[in-house]
Amino acid sequence: MAKKIKSKEDYYLASQWTLMFRKLKKHKLAKISLIILAILYIGALFADFLAPYGLDEFDGLYKDTAPTAIHWKFEDKNVGPHVYKIKKIIDKKTFEVKFEDDTTEYYPVKFFVHGTEYKILGVFKCDLHLFGIGEGSNGGTGAKIMLFGADTLGRDIFSRVLLGARISLTIPFASAIISFFLGIAIGSISGYFGGALDMVIQRIIEVIGAVPQIPLWMALSAAIPSGISTIKMYFYMTVILSFINWTGMARIVRGKFLSLKNEDYVMAARLSGVSTWKIIWKHMVPGFMSYLIVSMTLGIPGSIVGETSMSYLGLGIKSPATSWGVLLQEASTVTDVASHPHKLIPIIFVTITVLAYNFLGDGLRDAADPYK
Amino acid sequence: MEENTIISESGATAETKSSVPGSTGGFFRSFWGAIVDFFKKDLVRYIVRRVLMFIPTLILISILVFFVIQLPPGDYVSAHIAQLATEGELVDADYAAQMREDYGLDLPVWQQYLKWVKDIVWTPTDSTYYRLYHSHHNWKFSFAYGRDVWSVIKDRLGLTILVSAVIMIFQYVVSIPIAVYASTHQYSPGDYISAVIGFIGTAIPNFIFAIILMYLSYKWTGNANVGLFSQEMLQNGVHLYNFGEFLKRMIIPIIVIGTSGTCGIIRSVRAQMLDETARQYTLTARAKGVSERKIVMKYCFRAAMNPTVSGLGGVLSSLFSGSTVTAMVLNMQIQGPVLYKALQSQDMYLAGAIVMVQAVLVVIGILLSDIALAFLDPRIRYSGGNR
Repeated sequence: MAKKIKSKEDYYLASQWTLMFRKLKKHKLAKISLIILAILYIGALFADFLAPYGLDEFDGLYKDTAPTAIHWKFEDKNVGPHVYKIKKIIDKKTFEVKFEDDTTEYYPVKFFVHGTEYKILGVFKCDLHLFGIGEGSNGGTGAKIMLFGADTLGRDIFSRVLLGARISLTIPFASAIISFFLGIAIGSISGYFGGALDMVIQRIIEVIGAVPQIPLWMALSAAIPSGISTIKMYFYMTVILSFINWTGMARIVRGKFLSLKNEDYVMAARLSGVSTWKIIWKHMVPGFMSYLIVSMTLGIPGSIVGETSMSYLGLGIKSPATSWGVLLQEASTVTDVASHPHKLIPIIFVTITVLAYNFLGDGLRDAADPYK
Repeated sequence: MEENTIISESGATAETKSSVPGSTGGFFRSFWGAIVDFFKKDLVRYIVRRVLMFIPTLILISILVFFVIQLPPGDYVSAHIAQLATEGELVDADYAAQMREDYGLDLPVWQQYLKWVKDIVWTPTDSTYYRLYHSHHNWKFSFAYGRDVWSVIKDRLGLTILVSAVIMIFQYVVSIPIAVYASTHQYSPGDYISAVIGFIGTAIPNFIFAIILMYLSYKWTGNANVGLFSQEMLQNGVHLYNFGEFLKRMIIPIIVIGTSGTCGIIRSVRAQMLDETARQYTLTARAKGVSERKIVMKYCFRAAMNPTVSGLGGVLSSLFSGSTVTAMVLNMQIQGPVLYKALQSQDMYLAGAIVMVQAVLVVIGILLSDIALAFLDPRIRYSGGNR
């Protein structure tokens, strides 16, 4: 009984955020999505360590090869996980190039091996990788482990998916944050001051909303000068993606402002001489922050697809920088897909991320709704 | 029925007030009175106001597009001349100067904008442009295609609208029954299946979905069905006998572009239906013994259709968005690939014009849906449409 009262008290005393978090925990799909997203982002953060190879490490022999098979038994003996080196065979009749496992010696899969040098979090130099290939049983070298196969230049797609995730996962996130602040700033001006300014801002929002997203993104990306550094390219893409997304946010903010600005507590603050910006940031924005976060989450999937599509077309991120869209360029014709289906693997990551953000957004929306 | 009575009532009250004073004579008075009455009708007033609001929107779109055109570094004519020079063509100074004048490059930006708009609206007969193309609408010259921008757009405009319309009809025809089913059978397996399929449609980027379907089509039928027309159609034109082939080639675009929007429509209609079924009037109808079918179709469905109709502009916008990349992969003869080609060669006037045409089409879609909504829902006319 006492416990029940305690929990009831807890419920009434809990802040809005605590309540929201509790409801979110009950939403199974959202919880799973949150875990998946956490794994993906942590994976991207430690991509250098998790990936067995560097971004530009290539091996011409492995051009277009299918995912490397991992074997356990070598000549009927259990020797642990190992791979075989491949050898190129040319069919004498058709002159077709084929690859076969060279089973004369095996190469064990080892953990914590030394490989390409990189910097942990951009600071500490390190050359340790989670897994890699050791020396062959007869002392041979040159075998590779490519879990998702190789691309046309013989680069490991698994490593490139992990390293590309850094750009693909963070650009939409960063642009969501930019549009978040832009939306609050413009939406609050529009809602708080009203009048002619409001009218103009609303028309602008309407117009940007009416222009089809991807064509507008494409046209804006034409302004990115060629031959700039990866960081600049990253910055431009983020700005371009947020150019459209802020409008939805601004509309929510404005609607909320119109309904909140005549509330007593806002009036009280104004009478006490609180400055306009402080009223907006301290008194009004926290009142509908949860809606904004929901809208921000639900806006991310569109940006992910947008970035992927544009990079795929060569209008967004370009080599040597890598994003999932750049990786998918390898699968741009039917022949590619027919002969090297493993090149479609990056799409699984795009799909999972988009779904996870959608489900998380749905869960957040339900959690933020006080009537549910 | 109810709508008609409301209109005629308001018309009748207007008539009593607005009869023109004075004794100008019977015919003119009644004629003038009829016009005044016509504009006093709520529906007409609403439509006129919406159409007038179309003008500032149009101006803003053109400003946005001009901004996009101006974005790439360097000026357009110098870039073009540099490109011609690399191709080994000699450019004489007169030609360059004339082009600079045609694009208004030596004017301040706002005058450049005004000149651009003015040239599109009306180009005088004595201009070089008119002598070249015999058109009063100078949309500038497309370097990527070597001809007038408008002629490039015009080539594919009809097909773009046709393809979009077909896909849009498909979306509504498929998604509305599914949404109604999902809302009347909430949390049933069918509801979940529709949600999952819809989500996957949005989560897989269109271009990859198109490639996968093309591959499957190739595997099963031996034909990848690339492009909207077969070789034979391109030579002989589309006739009744090969129309079936054209429809067959529409299947993949419809599935790819259609599914991404279908999910959105299903979700919004389903949510609307659920809202309506929870209302008091539904309960009352049920308590009075109205059949469940009638409740859903006559009460809830009609009410749920209003937001769906008003969402038409948004659906059109996402349709253009989705079809752009898909069209490139599937090599469809619509505007998407043209936009891509224009952007690759920094042919900004063409690219901007395409974006502008699509945006204007979307705004017209919004306008039409607003007017349709006013017919469907009398409340909109009275509130003045300040949504």
